[in-house]
Amino acid sequence: MKKIRRFIGRFVEGMLTISGMVTTVTILLIVIFLFKEGAGIFKSPVIEDGYHLYVNAENPVKSISSYDIKQIFDVEIDNWKELNGINEEIMVFRFDDIFNLYAEEEFGENYKLLPQKLAEVIQNNKNIVAYLPKQYAPKNMVGVKEIETKNISFFDFFGGKEWMPTSKPAAQFGVLPLILGTILVSLVAILIALPLGLGVAIYLSELANEKIRHYLKFTIELLAGIPSVVYGFFGLVVLVPIVQRVFHLDVGETAFTGSLLLAIMALPTIITVSEDAMKNTPKALREGSLALGATKWQTIYRVVIPSSISGISAAVVLGIGRAIGETMAVLMVTGNAAIMPPTLFQPVRTIPATIAAELGEAPAGGTHYQALFLLGCILFLITMVISITAELISKKPQNSGL
Amino acid sequence: MKSNCNNIELILHHQKKNQTKKHKKMKKLLLIATLILSFQIFATAQVLKGSDTMLPLSQKLAEQYMKANKGKTVTVNGGGSGVGIAALVDNTTDIAMASRRIKFAEKQKMQETGRTSKEVIVAYDALAVVVNPANQVTNLTREQLEGIFTGKITNWKQVGGADLKIIVYSRETSSGTYEFFKESVLKNKNYMNGIMSMPATGAIIQSISQTKGAIGYVGLAYLNSSVKAIHVSYDKGKTYVAPSVANAKNKTYPIVRPLFYYYDIKLEKKVKPYIDYVLSSEGQAIVSKVGYIPVK
Repeated sequence: MKKIRRFIGRFVEGMLTISGMVTTVTILLIVIFLFKEGAGIFKSPVIEDGYHLYVNAENPVKSISSYDIKQIFDVEIDNWKELNGINEEIMVFRFDDIFNLYAEEEFGENYKLLPQKLAEVIQNNKNIVAYLPKQYAPKNMVGVKEIETKNISFFDFFGGKEWMPTSKPAAQFGVLPLILGTILVSLVAILIALPLGLGVAIYLSELANEKIRHYLKFTIELLAGIPSVVYGFFGLVVLVPIVQRVFHLDVGETAFTGSLLLAIMALPTIITVSEDAMKNTPKALREGSLALGATKWQTIYRVVIPSSISGISAAVVLGIGRAIGETMAVLMVTGNAAIMPPTLFQPVRTIPATIAAELGEAPAGGTHYQALFLLGCILFLITMVISITAELISKKPQNSGL
Repeated sequence: MKSNCNNIELILHHQKKNQTKKHKKMKKLLLIATLILSFQIFATAQVLKGSDTMLPLSQKLAEQYMKANKGKTVTVNGGGSGVGIAALVDNTTDIAMASRRIKFAEKQKMQETGRTSKEVIVAYDALAVVVNPANQVTNLTREQLEGIFTGKITNWKQVGGADLKIIVYSRETSSGTYEFFKESVLKNKNYMNGIMSMPATGAIIQSISQTKGAIGYVGLAYLNSSVKAIHVSYDKGKTYVAPSVANAKNKTYPIVRPLFYYYDIKLEKKVKPYIDYVLSSEGQAIVSKVGYIPVK
C-alpha cells in the first residue's frame, strides 16, 4: 500500500514536471516559429514571386519602386515622364493580354513560341511595361529590358501606409495603419473600461451589501463567458447604429465603436481581478485607518487602493491584453479600412482582425503569409512590452503609497 | 525532449498494462470495424475541395447525391479556390471547386506532373451591387462603379443622387468574390485605399441596411428587401439591367461569373457519376434552389 502511494506521488510529480517543461518548450517553439516565418518577408522580392517586369530596351527607366509599380498598374501614374523617363503614355501589359492578341495554336507545342511572341509585343511598343512570368519571359532577347526590383525592405514594411496584400504585380505591405489602429482602439477601450471597472470594483468590495454583491458578481461573471463573436454581432446590430446616430456620422463602424465594445468585453476581467485585490486588503490596515478617524472614502482611496495597486495593475494588463488580442468582435464593428486613423470616428483595421480575415486564403509560404506572421510577431512584442511594464509597476513595494 | 517522449511512452505502457483483457478485446474489435469501414469509404469516396462560395452548393448537391445513391460518399471541404486547385495539383482531392477559371500557372503545374485537368461549369453566380433602400440612385454604369470603388467618385451627387458621402463596403481581400468584382468591374485596378472590408456577406448587408450612403456588392442569392439592388449598365448607359436570375440566365445582366469543377482526366470514371448528377435536371434544380443560376 505504502509503496503504491509513494509510486503515485512520484508519478504525479513527474507528470507535473513534464507538463511544465512541455508548456515552456511549446511556447518557445511557437515564438521561434512565428519569428522564423515572419522574417522571411525581407527576403521576398517586391514583385510577386516568379514574375518580372519588362520594358522596351530603349526605355531609360531602370528600376521602379514598389509603390510606383502599384500606381502604374492602377493607372494613377500614366506617363513615363513621372518616373524620369521619356514623355510618353505608359502602356500596361499583363500576361493574359497576350492570349487576346494571338490564338492559342500560334504558340506552338508546349507554348514554345510564347516568349518570342511576348518579345515581339515589347519590341513594337516603346511605351510598354509588361508583367510576365519568368518561365515564359523573353530573356536575353533584343529590344527587351528587365526592370530591376529589390526585396521588400524594412522601411517598406514598417513605414508603408498602404496595406494591399493581394494587389498585383506589387503587393503593398505597409503596417503602419494597422499598428496605429490596434493601439488606438485598445488604448481608448482601456480608458473607457478602467474608471468604470474600478468604480464597480470599489462599489462591490467596499459599499455593496452581501445580496447585491452576490447578484452583481454573478452577472458580471456571466458577461465574461459570452463568446466574442456574439459580442461582435451585438456590436454590429446595436452599437454601430447607436454610435452613428449619437455622433451624426456617415458611418457607424468606427474605432470608437470598437473601443466601446472592447471596453464592455474587458470589464469583467478588470472588475473581478481588482475587486479580489481590494478584498484582500489586510483587515488591520482598513480598521486602523477607520480608527484614526478617516472617513470611508478616505480609507478607500488612501488605504485600500494603494495597498491593492499591484492587483489593479494586473487587472489593467489583463484588460489591455484582452483588448489588443481580441479578433472577432473588432473584425465586425471597426469597418476594417486600412487607413491611418485621423480621428476616433473613422474606420480602422486592427492587427488581429487582419490576421483572422486573411490567413485562411493566403498561399502557405508566400509573401502575404509571411507578412501576416510578422504582424503576429508585432502583436507579440506589443503584449510583451505591456506585461513587462506591469511587472515593473507591481514590483513597487506594497506600502509605498501609505 | 527525447527523454520526455520516453517518459510519456512509459506512462502509456503502464496504462495499457492496467487495462483488463476485456477492454483489449473490445478495442481490437472496434479497431477492425473502423478499419473495414474506412476502407469501404476510401473505395468509393470522392473528395471535393475549394471555393467557399461553392461550399453550400456542393454540400447540398453531395447530400442529395448520397441520398439517391446509397453506399457512395462525397466529402466536401472549403478553403478557397486557390487551395482547391493546389490540392488537385498535389492529387489530394478528386474535384477542385473554383469560383474563377484555372490560372495559366496552375495549368502548367498540373501538366508538369503529367496530368491534364478538365473543366466543367456547374452553375453561374451573379453579383448584385446594392445600396441603402433610402438611396434615390437606381442606375449606375460600369465606369461610375469603377470610379466609386477606386475612390474617384466620393459623393452621391456626382452620380445623380443626394448630397451624401459614399461609404464603400467590400469583401475581404482573400475572397473570390473580391477578385471577381475587381476583374469585372474595376478592370483589374485596385480598390481605393481604406475601403471598408467586411468578413462576410451577411455583415455587408447588415451594414448597408443601416448606413445611408453605403454601397457594396453581394451574391445574387443574398439579395433581400433590406437593401436596394442597383441596375447596372456595361454599355455606357444605353441599357440598365436589374440583377435577377432571369436576366443572368438570358445573359443581359453583365456581372456574372461561372462556377467550375476541375478534375483529372484520368480519374474521369471515378467522378463521372457525381458530375452527371450535378448536371442532371435534378442537380440543376438544387442549383436554382440554393440561389445560383443553372447551366441549362
